[in-house]
Amino acid sequence: MQSKGNIFNIQHFSVHDGPGIRTTVFFKGCPLACWWCHNPEGRGSEIEVMNGKTIGRTVDADELLEEILKDRIFYDESGGGVTFSGGEPLAQPAFLKEMLVRCRKHGIHTAIDTSGYVSKASLRQVLPFTDLFLFDLKIMDPVKHLRYTDVSNVEIIDNLQYLLSKKARVIVRVPVIPEITFTAENLNQIATYLKQFDPVPEVNLLPFHRIGEGKYNRYNIRYKLNHKKEPKQEDLVLQISAFEKAGIPAKIGG
Amino acid sequence: MLTRVAKLRQQSTEKKPTISAERALLVTEIYSDPAMQKVSIPVKRAMTFRHILAHKNICINPGELIVGERGPEPQACPTYPEICLHSLQDLEILKNREKIPFDSDEETQSIYAEKIIPFWEGKSVRDEMFRQLPQEWKDAYEAGVFTEFMEQRPPGHTVLDDKIYHKGMLDFIREIETAMKSFEQSGATAKVEELKGMKIAAEAIINYATHHAEKLETLANFEKDVARKMELEKMARICRKVPAHKPDTFWEALQYYWFVHVGVITEVNPWDSFNPGRLDQHLMPFYEKGLAEGTLTRERAKEILQSFWIKFNNHPAPPKIGVTAKESNTYTDFALINLGGVRSDGSDAVNEMTYLLLDVIEEMRLLQPSSMVQVSKKNPDQYIRRFLEITKTGYGQPSVFNTDAIIQEMLRVGKSLADARDGGASGCVETGAFGKEAYILTGYFNIPKVLEITLNNGIDPKTGKEIGLRTGDPVHYKHFNELMQAFEKQMNHFIDIKINGNNIIDCIYARMMPVPFLSVLISDCIQNGKDYHDGGARYNTSYIQGVGMGSISDELAALKYHIFDKKTISMEGLLHALQNDFKDFEEFHKILINDTPKYGNDNDYADDLTRAVFEIYFRAIDGKPTARGGVHRVNLLPTTCHVYFGSVTGAMPDGRKAWTPLSEGISPVQGADRKGPTAVIKSAAKIDHIRTGGTLLNQKFTPSFMQDEKGITAVLHLIRSYFRLDGHHIQFNVVKADTLRKAQQEPEKYRDLIVRVAGYSDYFVDLTDALQEEIILRTEQMNGID
Repeated sequence: MQSKGNIFNIQHFSVHDGPGIRTTVFFKGCPLACWWCHNPEGRGSEIEVMNGKTIGRTVDADELLEEILKDRIFYDESGGGVTFSGGEPLAQPAFLKEMLVRCRKHGIHTAIDTSGYVSKASLRQVLPFTDLFLFDLKIMDPVKHLRYTDVSNVEIIDNLQYLLSKKARVIVRVPVIPEITFTAENLNQIATYLKQFDPVPEVNLLPFHRIGEGKYNRYNIRYKLNHKKEPKQEDLVLQISAFEKAGIPAKIGG
Repeated sequence: MLTRVAKLRQQSTEKKPTISAERALLVTEIYSDPAMQKVSIPVKRAMTFRHILAHKNICINPGELIVGERGPEPQACPTYPEICLHSLQDLEILKNREKIPFDSDEETQSIYAEKIIPFWEGKSVRDEMFRQLPQEWKDAYEAGVFTEFMEQRPPGHTVLDDKIYHKGMLDFIREIETAMKSFEQSGATAKVEELKGMKIAAEAIINYATHHAEKLETLANFEKDVARKMELEKMARICRKVPAHKPDTFWEALQYYWFVHVGVITEVNPWDSFNPGRLDQHLMPFYEKGLAEGTLTRERAKEILQSFWIKFNNHPAPPKIGVTAKESNTYTDFALINLGGVRSDGSDAVNEMTYLLLDVIEEMRLLQPSSMVQVSKKNPDQYIRRFLEITKTGYGQPSVFNTDAIIQEMLRVGKSLADARDGGASGCVETGAFGKEAYILTGYFNIPKVLEITLNNGIDPKTGKEIGLRTGDPVHYKHFNELMQAFEKQMNHFIDIKINGNNIIDCIYARMMPVPFLSVLISDCIQNGKDYHDGGARYNTSYIQGVGMGSISDELAALKYHIFDKKTISMEGLLHALQNDFKDFEEFHKILINDTPKYGNDNDYADDLTRAVFEIYFRAIDGKPTARGGVHRVNLLPTTCHVYFGSVTGAMPDGRKAWTPLSEGISPVQGADRKGPTAVIKSAAKIDHIRTGGTLLNQKFTPSFMQDEKGITAVLHLIRSYFRLDGHHIQFNVVKADTLRKAQQEPEKYRDLIVRVAGYSDYFVDLTDALQEEIILRTEQMNGID
């Protein structure tokens, strides 16, 4: 029997979630509650009604595959593929694995956008079928990580280490939130940590945008981020060159 | 941009178009000459052409490098009373209308009152057309089922190939003489008369150039500036050489083309103006030669090209009135320069001249000439990236065409491979074999209106007139198929009326209004001894342009889904809602908008109906003979006609309110596409583009999307993917709705804001209010965080 999963959006023509033109599937449910999250409606794992609007739907693998295959010609032309994002896609490991296997069978490039806060078993399961991991690394200090995301980062860092040791293709994504993740201390710690690997994984800085804010109002979710500063372009450029000086390939955007 | 180019550009863009009675007077003068009664019509037309060129004002603007104006000065537009006679009231409307006005002074008006109108009343081609066309044609025309291109402008609509760069007019005259001799021997009098006309016309254009040479020499004598004096002398030498002889230099080639251009648009006012076609291919040999000989530099070539560009912009489309103004409401006259593609031998045609011309397009940023890029699978990505750098600035140009599809379209209808490869697209998106084909747009066809008439059993609900067939009261249909069959019957009915009208009009033009000058230029009119308007060209095509593919798809999808499949509402209920323009049906209206399959989302439920409508339209038209020995073909484009057609069509089952614009080209209904550009492309590619003579797809992007390399690359891949699926054409508006709203509020601050309309770009503030709204409502494609 094919498995089913809960998703809350399918975004065609995605160009910021891996190489080429991609279809991004947003899985519903996330164990983290980052203050800056721009998909707060994707946190709960169940289909729910928020402020009168039904968020999410249950799809079966056939149906989702059909939707993904629709844009095949664009993947072929651009070197794109599918990205499973969320929420946390690895929170629905059986469904995710089935989707990855099916996409692989059709020759489609697969990427997973993960918080890293997942069980090692689930990672082990999907590893052979995943071409690229977009791995979020937010804050190195475990206490601060807990404060701003609701979970500690021990497991996250351990999982990143695991993937890199298995020579999985990984891009480390750092959300740029001024005063929280975008501090000299945090960025230095990230650089020091990543430098030890061979090869050193690429880092993408994802600048914070205020566009998520509207959703908090729409769905009556408390917005905890007290400042609404978007990072300055010149600071981002400086940080990229700092990473590169440290021997870490880096760029702005995904 | 050099100061003098900037000055010419400024003059061209700031001067307001006016009407000049110069041509009308000269035509009236020669038609009044009793001697003209004794000559054949082709000879009479050629003598008219000669008379105009011999007596019109020779205008040479300070600082320009290419000379020749259609009117007495830039933006002064002549009229063509032998084709369409303007009344005093027309002149008044043209003068005072808010959008696309043409000013005229008291002198012009009194010339019209005293000389032009009294002579031409009842004698124009337009008068003859309306005398001959049957009542059923007039009924359908008045209801807005279709429009008529030939009502104010003759067929035209063709593009030149490379022949003028190898032959002078004297060479053409020798060819004409040879043909004339053989037809004289066989006693083919009509052909001999046609060829006599061609010869007179070819001689007339040589003399026209000589007049310029003489004036340039006089100006040179008085010129104080030494450099300009030498330049004027050189220009005089060029005008003494071309078009009599073939050109040898870059400058001569462009000046030759320009004389030909002015000739074509002076002889009559053809749709669409005229156009050099594959300019990068034509100019490259001259450019290389000039560089090799040291007689030309890249900078000088660019300056001459910029001067050439301004000449196009000096020439607004001749004034249109009534329905013709509504279907094509713009000063743009659709000269569409083609770049890139493949060469006659099938190899990659992108060259250094392609990139130089892109630089010129970017720097000049003029409405005219329009520009397009042909993209073949053989062209490099670098070329696509280069023109997207221009596209992203929001200028709407160049539009993007699929060479490989265009070639297949031409091969399907029996054109030779070499002719297909040397061809391209012109006007908005129309496929043609350049220099060898008369491919005429005959009018737009309002597909949704035919459904409206079907739903009303043959009656146009707007007027209550019965103009269609009695295909039955739709409330009795048990299956959706019955509705489709009735719709097909009505489509065939109206298309037959349109085709019958086309054939009547073809005959009128062939008889009354031959174009001997244009016939010299288009193969094989000389060899056939036949006029361009009479089937003399190698290939002869008449297009009927379908409008509202997105709308009709959604309308049929709504009927099928809600009445026959889901039974959300009865046919009576729906018809009632339409009659009331959804008043008191607000909930149902929401369902129609939000919970109904729509074209543009890669959803086969709706897209299968697009395919079905395409097949009906194609079957009704493709291959039907024309009176001049050609065939009818389909294409799908609107110019501004989707606004006019919407204004005569009531509320429709897709939730569209009465009298609002239809969808344009093959784009989805404004706002109905909700799954992004890949889904739009997939839906649009379900139409079989290869069986058309052109389709038009608009996409609107937010400027931030195309800001970085990643966005440019994504659009590049989008284009390549669409073309792999045989898509014919795609064009981009890169602008925010917010900017357009601001421009509506403060038009004076946004004078320079250019947007893509349908097959052309225009100043946003020059568009009608309805068209401005329509463009704002088009879906804005963006991505995630944009």
